[in-house]
Amino acid sequence: MSDNKPRVAFFDFASCEGCQLTVLGMGEALLKILEYVEVVEWREAISEKSNRFDIAIVEGCIARDSDVLRLKKVRERAGTLIALGACATLGGVQILGNRFGRSELLELVYGEEGKNFEAGRVRPLSAEVPVDYLIHGCPINPDEFLEVMEHVLLGKPYRVPNEAVCMECKFRENECVFDTGKICLGPVTRCGCNAICTSVGQRCFGCRGLVDDPNLNAAREILKKHGYTVEEIIGMFDIYSQAAAPEKIIGGGMGRSSFLDRER
Amino acid sequence: MSKVNIKAVHITRVEGHGNIVAALDEGRIEEVMFQVVEAIRFFEGILRGRSWEEVGHIATRICGICAVSHCCASLQGTEKALGIEVSAQTELLRRLIMNGEIMSSHALHVYFLAAPDFLRLESVLPLVQEDPETVKRAFHIKQNSYDIGNLLGGRHTHPISLVPGGFTSLPSVSDLERLRERLTGLRCDVEKTVELYARLEIPDLERETEYVCLRRPDYYTFYGGQIVSSDGDALPAERYREAISEFVVGHSTAKHAKWHRESYMVGALARVNNNWKQLRPEAHEAMNTLSLKPPCHNPFMNTVAQVVELVHCLEDSITLLGEILDKGLREEYEPEVTPRAGQGVGAVEAPRGLLIHDYTYNDRGRSTNVNCVIPTAQNLGNLDADMRMLLSELKDKPEEDIRRGLEMLVRAYDPCISCSAH
Repeated sequence: MSDNKPRVAFFDFASCEGCQLTVLGMGEALLKILEYVEVVEWREAISEKSNRFDIAIVEGCIARDSDVLRLKKVRERAGTLIALGACATLGGVQILGNRFGRSELLELVYGEEGKNFEAGRVRPLSAEVPVDYLIHGCPINPDEFLEVMEHVLLGKPYRVPNEAVCMECKFRENECVFDTGKICLGPVTRCGCNAICTSVGQRCFGCRGLVDDPNLNAAREILKKHGYTVEEIIGMFDIYSQAAAPEKIIGGGMGRSSFLDRER
Repeated sequence: MSKVNIKAVHITRVEGHGNIVAALDEGRIEEVMFQVVEAIRFFEGILRGRSWEEVGHIATRICGICAVSHCCASLQGTEKALGIEVSAQTELLRRLIMNGEIMSSHALHVYFLAAPDFLRLESVLPLVQEDPETVKRAFHIKQNSYDIGNLLGGRHTHPISLVPGGFTSLPSVSDLERLRERLTGLRCDVEKTVELYARLEIPDLERETEYVCLRRPDYYTFYGGQIVSSDGDALPAERYREAISEFVVGHSTAKHAKWHRESYMVGALARVNNNWKQLRPEAHEAMNTLSLKPPCHNPFMNTVAQVVELVHCLEDSITLLGEILDKGLREEYEPEVTPRAGQGVGAVEAPRGLLIHDYTYNDRGRSTNVNCVIPTAQNLGNLDADMRMLLSELKDKPEEDIRRGLEMLVRAYDPCISCSAH
């Protein structure tokens, strides 16, 4: 492989690693990327290691303090840092754990011995280091991954979409999920997924996070038609919204209740 | 002879974060273990209080490789707890999408994670230029098996359309016909995989242990069944607690597990050892070609057992597609669900072995208690015992050989570490 290709390294923190696997599953498209970059470190897929790389692609969230140093070292060495997937950009599903005390969670899972394990507040990468590019989604949309990589290689900023999923859903001429009797987070969720869930009749769970200022940018006419407010639908399905807009979380605030009596 | 200290931090070509620690003093084993240092994500905690409509979405995200397995186990658990019936068609489609995950996961391990060890390479990357045929074949198998998930689940990684009671949407008949054609075309790639592994030299290691998996009377199962042990017991999945005792060890954020003995093994080798008679004839041929004779007590043969299952799942998928198409696809709607209090256990065979999700719901359909038993966690005790055995056989070899042997053994288990800590 030629020496002048940008050197890419993959790293991961707390996550299911499904976004890296989505990259590995891109097949021919991945082989195409390999013509333009050199992958020098990727623990999950290869044994090669390198101290020198230009682009770090990082999956996962920070879920304990001892991981912060490893992330900072990656940041120091990387010219460009890309946060890959919902865990890295927002904290992912495990951010739900922030509603409970660490010791409570440790005891629940490990019993008495739980006190011997380390656990911390779940936060996205940007809580600890500057992040240059965000690729949202649980998991990522491979088409967006390609688009972001193109921007990175050309040295251009990538504009993270700030329209609601409803926009992409309408382009695909889907039946509105609300019309099927389900609540859907599409009106307040950042698009870029090409409405993949609502296109197969599933509700949007909001994995790409809320659009900036959902009170202004929501697809309000859809909510109005079905008699809901922004706050109501976010409150009903709040798996991902805590990180995206903490001040707007409805119900289940930080460390509020214990497991058994938790009700929204 | 003197001291040997091995510490392989964050071993590569596995899913998640684990370390190998081994210490020898004058040829005497002082310490050998596989440390799971994965951050804890507390799924059993965060799933508490969630609605039955969200539980599957969250639980699926325990694992990026075996998301379909977690999804199916989760749906079974919720369906049993809430008394939701699923149709025969839904069962067939779920069996098919499980096959897709077994194939894609095994192909990933067989080609990308394990094969470089046998070829004395650091990774599959050098092959991109030296042997592009093999790399393209690997991607081809992976992509086509992903397509089973894409078609039935809306997406392979974290499938979308699988919900309690069935599917939010179904593929078209013509999509299924095209899928069957493509899978038929995959046969030569899978045959070549068998030929590749028949040429590789698999390390020897003999340690008899207990093999645990699901079994059904009617077919080689990945979706539901009784829990059986090579030591002779069989239990319905809902009584899993009578069989499996999970316990906490200091060197792992994933729990260990035991049944009749100190440890047991789950996964492809356990399934082939226990249920090989139910494999497809084509898979029996592959067993012959690959010299896999059950009961096989060599953990390195787990990767070979995955190749056998790759053959089986491809043939089984083609047959299942024929059955679905013959019966004709019925448009089915998601059932109306009235939440009720109850408890339910789901059990599937994930690529890496027996997976259990156990849920209790209150009368408002919110979960009050969740327990997930993960394949890799069940394997960790057995892996430690095998590492000890291998270390005693390799103890006079150079340190680099010992390290390489131990890493290969860990990879043979195809551990899914972040999943095991969940």
